[in-house]
Amino acid sequence: MADTAANGPVLAADGSPLKRSLGRALRRQKLRALALVAPLLIFVLITFIFPIASMLFRSVQNDIVSNTLPYTVQALANWDASTGDLPPEQVFEAMYFDMFLAAEAKRHTRLGTRLNYEQTGVSSLFRQSGRKLDDLGKDIEKPMNRLNAAWKDGETWYSIFDAGTDSADTQLLQVQRNRVAALTDGPASGDVNFAPSAAMAQALPTATRAYTAWAVYTATQDGKDPATTDPWEALPVALVHDLKTADLSGLNGPAVDLLTELQAANIEMPTFAGFFADMDEDWATATPWQTIQTHSGIYTSGYFLNAVDAQKTPEGIAWQPEDKQILLTLFVRTLIMSLAITGSCILLGYPIAWLLANLPMRQANVLLILVLLPFWTSLLVRTSAWKVMLQQQGVINDVLVWIGLVDDAERLIMINNQFGTIVAMTHILLPFMILPMYSVMQTIPPSYLRAAKSLGATNWTAFWRVYFPQSVPGIGAGSILVFILAIGYYITPEIVGGTKGVFISNRIAYHISSSLNWGLAAALGSILLAAVLILYWAYDRIVGIDNVKLG
Amino acid sequence: MKLTKTLMATTALTVAAGMVSADGHMASEMTIVSWGGAYSASQKNAYHDPYSEMTGVTIINDDSSAEAVAKLRAMNEAGNVTWDVVDVVAADAIRLCDEGLAMEIDADTQLAAAPDGTPASEDFGDLLVSDCFIPQIVYSTTFGYRTDLVGDTPPTSVCAVFDTEAYPGKRSLEKRPINNMEWALICDGVAKDDVYDVLETDEGQQQALDKLATIKDDVIWWSAGADTPQLLADGEVVMGSTYNGRLFSVIEEQNQPVAMLWDAQVFDLDGWIIPTGLSPERQARALDYIMFATDTQRLADQAKWISYGPARASSAPLVGQHAELGIDMAPHMPTDPENAKNTFLYNYEFWADYRDDIDAKFQAWLAQ
Repeated sequence: MADTAANGPVLAADGSPLKRSLGRALRRQKLRALALVAPLLIFVLITFIFPIASMLFRSVQNDIVSNTLPYTVQALANWDASTGDLPPEQVFEAMYFDMFLAAEAKRHTRLGTRLNYEQTGVSSLFRQSGRKLDDLGKDIEKPMNRLNAAWKDGETWYSIFDAGTDSADTQLLQVQRNRVAALTDGPASGDVNFAPSAAMAQALPTATRAYTAWAVYTATQDGKDPATTDPWEALPVALVHDLKTADLSGLNGPAVDLLTELQAANIEMPTFAGFFADMDEDWATATPWQTIQTHSGIYTSGYFLNAVDAQKTPEGIAWQPEDKQILLTLFVRTLIMSLAITGSCILLGYPIAWLLANLPMRQANVLLILVLLPFWTSLLVRTSAWKVMLQQQGVINDVLVWIGLVDDAERLIMINNQFGTIVAMTHILLPFMILPMYSVMQTIPPSYLRAAKSLGATNWTAFWRVYFPQSVPGIGAGSILVFILAIGYYITPEIVGGTKGVFISNRIAYHISSSLNWGLAAALGSILLAAVLILYWAYDRIVGIDNVKLG
Repeated sequence: MKLTKTLMATTALTVAAGMVSADGHMASEMTIVSWGGAYSASQKNAYHDPYSEMTGVTIINDDSSAEAVAKLRAMNEAGNVTWDVVDVVAADAIRLCDEGLAMEIDADTQLAAAPDGTPASEDFGDLLVSDCFIPQIVYSTTFGYRTDLVGDTPPTSVCAVFDTEAYPGKRSLEKRPINNMEWALICDGVAKDDVYDVLETDEGQQQALDKLATIKDDVIWWSAGADTPQLLADGEVVMGSTYNGRLFSVIEEQNQPVAMLWDAQVFDLDGWIIPTGLSPERQARALDYIMFATDTQRLADQAKWISYGPARASSAPLVGQHAELGIDMAPHMPTDPENAKNTFLYNYEFWADYRDDIDAKFQAWLAQ
């Protein structure tokens, strides 16, 4: 011992320092353990954690607005929405070209759906305007083509805007690639056989930008060569618009004559604001623009606000109108009714669990099968059976009327209300309460009760002071199980809940499958998850999670 | 880092495996999504079986139409669309089209012309409510009532629903604002043509809810199409709204003491869409199926099995008898002139805009 210490570090058999060798062995062990759990871990990550996380992420995700209308959002940034005035002409101009590209990619209606969650009516405004966008271009194309038939030809356009051997504006090309990629949720890479001319980008900025966006879209999405394809109707609009103010003196090349001729012709064109007002009078009000501006951020708190009956307005956060407030009520109702269901499960389950734990094995097994039997029946069947039992012309009412307890004209209403939900769900969730209670009670030695009684305790004292405290961990485990299951229950409240017995999960289901407002559904789900975690934490602080046993 | 790589590799493998199998079955199989039950059976008899016989394609039925919009969106995001043709109501088709989840169809080139040469766009006419939608049937949501519970004066008007004095007892209405709001306004004295103008305003929505409030305590709200037939058969309600095909089966097939009220019934459409994102081969197959299944004769054939009206004008004269009951189907069709005397036209554009807004108000009102 003494001389090894003097000679330096302790060495293992193979001569390497013992510390390192030990560490290596431990690391190998850890790796092996990790490799063993890896399949399960990866499975859980891929099928459980990742989908849930990505679903919950939707509750704040809002890049659809700035991806679909990038230049409009930019132009709107400086507009003061609270004045109620219309935004300036540049905003309408940016909107025209943004919306045109979006309509070609069939994304404008998707954005309309998104914004319709915030402002009713935007959906059809976008859908109908998308159909009319071409009109402006068609009105301008006609005089252009009359002026010079060369404008009909895609190659003319290409020769004007393509850099050829001159210097190209590669940055503009890259920006438009990113724009198309963001708009279509797909890559916009690959050869486009086009580079915007820097000189043109200088002289005709809007037209060059619109042409570049068109070229990128045509090449990467439609798979066509921009050099030989006829451009869409937004380009004549952009060109004529630019030529109203453009200075062509610095340009040279064959295209200049064409452009000068077109500029001299001075083709008439309405303002973009006028055109939008013509498409739909709603564009001539501040409302749609306020909506776009308010919800233009990449991330939004809007869904979470909606989830608690509030909303984002140009003036800040406000409550929803009173006649639309429903979600907070449902959250509270879900919590209260889940507690009621948990409570009735404890009341009904405790004696059964006690009986199971104290009967001889043979009888206990039969009873256990009866407890488990409902598990083997479909949930829908069990719920529908309650309908047959509880409805006004149902079995229970028929019996009550038959024995004369209830008058035929005044049959009891026991379903399509909170009572029905609590009864049906208590029945369905009861096994989840009984099983953990049973397994905990099985471990309580019966001799404790006998000892208490032999020391002079009454039956009640023996139960309450000796037996019950030992069974609390079972109640705790069962309650957590039942409560968490109940809080997320959906199908039973939907069928027997009527109007006052439905849960928040029914609204989540509605927004997932009917309204397609997945952002709001995700926000509601996140709040529900947070509520459960907080309750779990509170339970841990008050009762202690070590006090929960499943057996 | 390593974990991420493993994750990506596994995902890539799964996707690759999925794609291989997807391509493998394409040649001879296609998945058609519909509503299930008697409705899918009528499609099988009228469309699937003849098509399989003609082309050798195996058709797999998937009864997922009720969740079709949400599922298609999820499939599209996952980049793996497994459905070839989907049966949806017109409102859902409009939404799928808006979301870019359904492909646009050119009626005149991609659908069969009528036997006399009328192009499909004219044969379907106004029923082509969306660029992506190929109409199949016209159905209506209407009221059925218990003949033994309404006394000597059976109801002739939809407003009997709001008349609890003349017709005491529970009624069943669908647990959503669509249709109910319109009926409430009609029975509150609003002219049929003005209903949607009134319903656009907050006051109009409140008016409809106020009218519904007069019977709120007498209503059982349903959410599944089978609810009202069951409630009527059990005598739980005296009258209730549901789809006319469901009532037909309660009346004619199950011989319950139930009759149908043809007044202010709401016309609606059901039909096909083809999802976007299919491989060219599958898309061609789906288009070929659609061309076959929506021609004049096929649409008329479906009416042999279920009492929904064919969506083509040229199919109406070909509607014959029920294949099993042997009764004339024409008088049971929502499109029959005798039944369609006082119908109400569902406004798709309106509900596409106002659905979420009014639904929130309606649910809040229900919860009060």
